Amino acid sequence: MTAEVSHILPPDYHLKEAEPEHCPGPESEAAGQGDACNGCANKEICESLPKGPDPDIPLITENLAQIEHKILVLSGKGGVGKSTFTSMLCWALSSDEDLQIGAMDLDICGPSLPRMLGCTKESVHESNTGWSPVYVADNLATMSIQYMLPEDDSAIIWRGSKKNALIKKFLKDVDWDALDYLIVDTPPGTSDEHISINKFMNESGIDGALVVTTPQEVALLDVRKEIDFCRKAGIKVLGLVENMSGFVCPNCKGQSQIFKPTTGGGERLCEELKIPFFGSVPLDPRVGKSCDEGRSFLDEHPDSPASLAILNVVERLRDSVGDI
Amino acid sequence: MNVDNKDPPTALRDVKHILLILSGKGGVGKSSVTTQVALALAGSGYKVGVLDIDLTGPSIPRMFGLERQSVYQSREGWIPVSKYEEGSGALKVMSLGFLLNDRGSSVVWRGPKKTAMIKQFIKDVVWGELDYLLIDTPPGTSDEHISIAEELRWANPDGSIIVTTPQNVATADVKKEINFCRKVNLDILGIVENMSGFVCPFCAECTNIFSKGGGQKLSEELGIDFLGNVPIDPTFVELIEKQKTEGSNLVDLYQSQALFPVFQNIIASIQSKNIPSRVRK
Repeated sequence: MTAEVSHILPPDYHLKEAEPEHCPGPESEAAGQGDACNGCANKEICESLPKGPDPDIPLITENLAQIEHKILVLSGKGGVGKSTFTSMLCWALSSDEDLQIGAMDLDICGPSLPRMLGCTKESVHESNTGWSPVYVADNLATMSIQYMLPEDDSAIIWRGSKKNALIKKFLKDVDWDALDYLIVDTPPGTSDEHISINKFMNESGIDGALVVTTPQEVALLDVRKEIDFCRKAGIKVLGLVENMSGFVCPNCKGQSQIFKPTTGGGERLCEELKIPFFGSVPLDPRVGKSCDEGRSFLDEHPDSPASLAILNVVERLRDSVGDI
Repeated sequence: MNVDNKDPPTALRDVKHILLILSGKGGVGKSSVTTQVALALAGSGYKVGVLDIDLTGPSIPRMFGLERQSVYQSREGWIPVSKYEEGSGALKVMSLGFLLNDRGSSVVWRGPKKTAMIKQFIKDVVWGELDYLLIDTPPGTSDEHISIAEELRWANPDGSIIVTTPQNVATADVKKEINFCRKVNLDILGIVENMSGFVCPFCAECTNIFSKGGGQKLSEELGIDFLGNVPIDPTFVELIEKQKTEGSNLVDLYQSQALFPVFQNIIASIQSKNIPSRVRK
């Protein structure tokens, strides 16, 4: 059976109005009992929902028990290359046939991973052991909301609570099986998706986060916030990679800084915040092209400076989680 | 929430036009486009307000060189930060960034808190008389977008400017945003293609780093107006980063930028739609 987005989320409950500002959360232990609950039209609904520690967490932990390393790809800023980097990690790691890789796309409103891995037309199948992920290669399993949309360009207009429910399903009900790596691609920001993934996976243990940035201060500003979030949430920052740093003109080989590191770029930020700097990846127009076409840039242009830089980052990342 | 109240928000009573800047994709330049539309309008003598509803990654204060400024609370509500006032032109800015003490600290909020903040931004900011209110948004189609659409439901906004970059990965997300606009009945004024081409400063050869023409193609495919191509121009980023040392106001400095005429054209296409003012005299 094909899983489709319209019926993957059983409406457990339906709120009469949007949650108020200090809402403890309809699924929290204090649901219906907070100060904000008095006078809220949802009070009765929230009170009637099951309470106590989330009974799904042990199920998630069990489902992820055979996964060796779990890595989040994070950035406060959009468009810096989180999905590009996730796809590169997938290509690089899965080129080793002895490794089993999983990639999970948490960007629910703007999923890009399926396109970059060249599997947009696939759909997710439901069996009695759960949802089977979409296999890009024998040793590369992926999951994204994109596989469940009726149309490629359907908009997912969901508030946080619905996104959280889907993320939970991705962790609890997807048949990931045994993996060496599960790479989690995330949307920009520090909101529901980020809070939820940390909450749901905390017990199974997250190895840490790879933080992606571009060199200019407007991006670093948001990345600082993401690193602050990691600290608050207890997620280890494995390292930071600076993407799109420097551009070499294909015509005259002159090098320009398109996104100028006016405040010292990613490397300076790493020194300042005492986190490992994994390296810079130069801007190569062919990276975007390969991603658009769903092919591995690393296979197509193995000797390019960008490929070498990416592979170097992958090595450092593997080192940081104690692999190799 | 008062579902039956169909009156437009009183804080926007004297705002003639409301434009939203949207994109499904992050990092395509929503804040950069918002900033440049604002600079070009203010430089042409309009009164402009900029509202930043990207709560977890507000870029607008940095773009206008207003980091570490604060917003004051008056009896009527929050007073936005003033960037420029000369002749008839004015530029005022409101962002969550002004309400945070430390620029590095994160705002870790789930949906309900974001919704409440946006509601307050619409209700409690003292904009006064404005020709244009530009609303800069985060990527996606989630809490912030649903909330702003709900808050503006009876406010009769002019519509949205959709920003994209040329590559497929971006236009795919942007299509979702367009579908969002259609679902919530928000008019689309047109598409801007940002980062379309980079002119090498050494040999003047134009390289299409993020490919080219994706925005134009999208507008043809979906029957939406195309407002223009904006090339990558590192001098604009440099201007933003160094504005404090330049000695004059960003609005004036912007007029000698190569991108200024590009945005004048974009504004002219929007104005040629002759959307009536929200303020009835």
